[in-house]
Amino acid sequence: MKIHRLQARSALGTAATALVVILTAACGRSEARSNIVNVYSTRHYGAMEPMYAAFTEETGIRVRVSHGGMHALLERLKAEGERTVADAFFAVDAGGLWLAANEGLLQRVESETINANIPAELRDPEGRFFALSQRIRSIAYMPGRVDPSELSSYEALADRKWSGRLCMRPSTNVYTQSLVASLIAAHGEEKAEQIVRGWVANQPEYIDSDTRILQTIAAGGCDVGVTNHYYLGRLIDQDPDFPVKMFWANQDGRGVHRNVSGIGVTAAAANRQNAIRLIEWLSDRAGQAPDATGLPGSNFEFPVNSTVDAHPIIAGFGAWRADPIPLGEYGRHQADAIQLMERAGYR
Amino acid sequence: MSARATARPFPTAHSVLGNLLSLLVAGLVIVPMGLLLVRLLHPTTAVWIQLWETILPLMIRNTFLLMMGVGVITFSLGSGLAWLVTVYRFPGQRFFDWALVLPLAVPTYVMGFVYMATFDFAGPVQTTLRAWFGADLVFPNVRSGTGAILVMGLTLYPYVYFLARAAFREQSSLTFDAARAMGYSHTQTFLKLVLPMARPSLVAGVTLASLEAMTDFATVRFFNFPTISEGIVHVWQGMMNRDAAIELAAVFLLVALGLVMLERALRGRSRYYQHGARDGRTGGRITPVVLGGWRRWAATGACFLVFAAAFALPAARLALWTVGDLSRAATATALRTVYTGYVLRTFGLAAVAAVVAVGLALVLAQNARLPEHKMGRITARLATMGYAVPGAVIAAGVLITLAGVDRSIATAARWIGFNSSLLLTASIVGLIYAYVVRFMAVAYNSVESSMDKVTPQMDMAARTLGASPRQVLWRIHLPMVKIGLAAGAALVFVDVMKELPATVLLMPFGMETLSVWTYMLAAESLWESAALPALTIVVVGLLPVLLLMRVGRLTTAEERSA
Repeated sequence: MKIHRLQARSALGTAATALVVILTAACGRSEARSNIVNVYSTRHYGAMEPMYAAFTEETGIRVRVSHGGMHALLERLKAEGERTVADAFFAVDAGGLWLAANEGLLQRVESETINANIPAELRDPEGRFFALSQRIRSIAYMPGRVDPSELSSYEALADRKWSGRLCMRPSTNVYTQSLVASLIAAHGEEKAEQIVRGWVANQPEYIDSDTRILQTIAAGGCDVGVTNHYYLGRLIDQDPDFPVKMFWANQDGRGVHRNVSGIGVTAAAANRQNAIRLIEWLSDRAGQAPDATGLPGSNFEFPVNSTVDAHPIIAGFGAWRADPIPLGEYGRHQADAIQLMERAGYR
Repeated sequence: MSARATARPFPTAHSVLGNLLSLLVAGLVIVPMGLLLVRLLHPTTAVWIQLWETILPLMIRNTFLLMMGVGVITFSLGSGLAWLVTVYRFPGQRFFDWALVLPLAVPTYVMGFVYMATFDFAGPVQTTLRAWFGADLVFPNVRSGTGAILVMGLTLYPYVYFLARAAFREQSSLTFDAARAMGYSHTQTFLKLVLPMARPSLVAGVTLASLEAMTDFATVRFFNFPTISEGIVHVWQGMMNRDAAIELAAVFLLVALGLVMLERALRGRSRYYQHGARDGRTGGRITPVVLGGWRRWAATGACFLVFAAAFALPAARLALWTVGDLSRAATATALRTVYTGYVLRTFGLAAVAAVVAVGLALVLAQNARLPEHKMGRITARLATMGYAVPGAVIAAGVLITLAGVDRSIATAARWIGFNSSLLLTASIVGLIYAYVVRFMAVAYNSVESSMDKVTPQMDMAARTLGASPRQVLWRIHLPMVKIGLAAGAALVFVDVMKELPATVLLMPFGMETLSVWTYMLAAESLWESAALPALTIVVVGLLPVLLLMRVGRLTTAEERSA
């Protein structure tokens, strides 16, 4: 019986492997209690480790992180349901936090400390998620080729004078989606589509990297681009002579487009108290520090805690006033924003 | 020189068991995809209409162009280079013979970001050219379909090269000499005889390369060249419309099935068995031709150009970035604590997946080997569909399947009276499962094409001479297919290391792999920091490739001395 011997062997081998794997997984899980907090994080490796280490040192609570794309982690939270190991969900986009809350994946948290640290506009009104850093998506330009007086708003980038001079991030990027979602919230779909069609008519160069957009502006490939402010912060940190400047858009109108990174406690959190302590710590002065030891400072983002200063490099970009739109609106309009961009021919 | 198997003298008791086991393996693959397909029964029409009216036609066109382009490039580069290094001798031939497989270790998304960072407007090449020739210099846009096709063709041609090279080496010199005696030139022999006879391997290689291109989403995104695969991720993640994405994936799956059938048709129904191939007595390997004059340098130049573009340049760029990144003290310290863990985890996952996939592929291939095993071939075809499905879709299917299993186990456990906290979805079972589904075809194609060389007459002869079926397996089949098994395992190993979407979706706590590390940083445009994990994938990926080449060489040497 030449065939089935071999098959029996390999089947046995597979079964044994599977068993070992299952046992390992089961053991791994039973350890996951008490002095631990499990975080699903869309923030890449390397960004948060110093803060988590400091938190562990102070509280004795160990932070275990599973990184992933926002949608991948959302799908996973949904599929795992009440059996999830995640205690907290960390996202780098307000839309993602709203989507998680809207799917019932996050629970309400009431904490004096958190509420004192984070202003109301940077918290979910129902207490399901909290911003931990602010990121501004605005207009970057090349001094010399563009005079700041020529710039005013996102809407004005549809003006014909920017034809062939724009660098934009493609519609697949969540930052672009949130920006267009804010246009929908401000003007309604019809007007928003007109604006996006205006951008498209200017034949922007689509580059799927904010850093590369800034470098292309510096190299003369385009004059104006829309990027998050901290990418410019990083480039200036590496090279203080980097020539591109940041212009705060819509300061005469509704305000500049603000997004946040933030966190929420999962509905099924087994280590709920530890997760809350983590949020309290991250929103406090230590977690919000403007240098590399703090969450906003390590990435040149603006703090949410108003008692803390911003990193000197980004403080140099000047003061700004943000669009007061509730953070949840980006998530609510995200799908519409994508369809709108498809209709308008925005890549 | 060709023979068709006819009657089959063996009893059939074992083939029932064989069919059952094959079906079980196929079931493992089919269930997750079936669960996804079931959702097609309730289509979300509105989304479909908008997709049809806006981006879907463009995506279909791009997918077609990408697959054709990558198919043509990988076929020409793969078979052409394999022919050069097998039949001719020229400076560097011994080096290029194995070195031209090395790009197999470079993931397309790594190649994508390296090429983008090097050749786009702000990159060093265009910046230098502008400095020399002025700012008005016009350079073709790198962010385009052509860019994507070139980069993927350069990364994926080793699939064809590797299989073509093996096929050419195994061709008998008798055939070749006969053709030469009949007055065919080298080129004519290549085009009219060698290529057609290597058809199964070539078609397998080109199919693997095209499907790989079709299922990629990260690279085409870099190059602004949306394909259907990219569209699925876009609809799913961007529009948070899993149902519409799954419908798109289901259509995609049907196209892929069509392609797999096309591959079978192109391979042809005939089997080529050569007399005098590789037995060291009646024929042996083709006698190499020493090139003279300008031809030898042209051959060297061609090989060098491909090697430089597909491997040396990206590897050097990654190495430079890595050095730059490590020179910063803070990064160096942070890396020291995590680096080994990443490498070991990735290595372990890839090894387990490779062994499981090749084991299951062997079950399938044994059962599909002989012409009358229709059932076996059908199940094998079903079980290898995964290669044509984007990793994200497979991951979703696996997630849904295992979540169901988890629920059942929990329910059953409550019946017996205790609480099960078992979570397959959050364990590496899910990850290994997805890898095996995704890369079964890679393992299977290698195992199967090496089994094609075991002629039915060999079984019959061995049995006539009194060998038991078991002896036939251990003494005839396994020695003949062991290179195929090693090749299959090595290919799966490298593919798993490079795999991204399924890994991101399914990886358990603390199980991040090098590919995830690379992608997270590359997506944040932190190219310097992404270079170390990317370079590690490349270097670790080289080990099985080199090992494979060594196994091949040893076997050849053994045969020669025998």
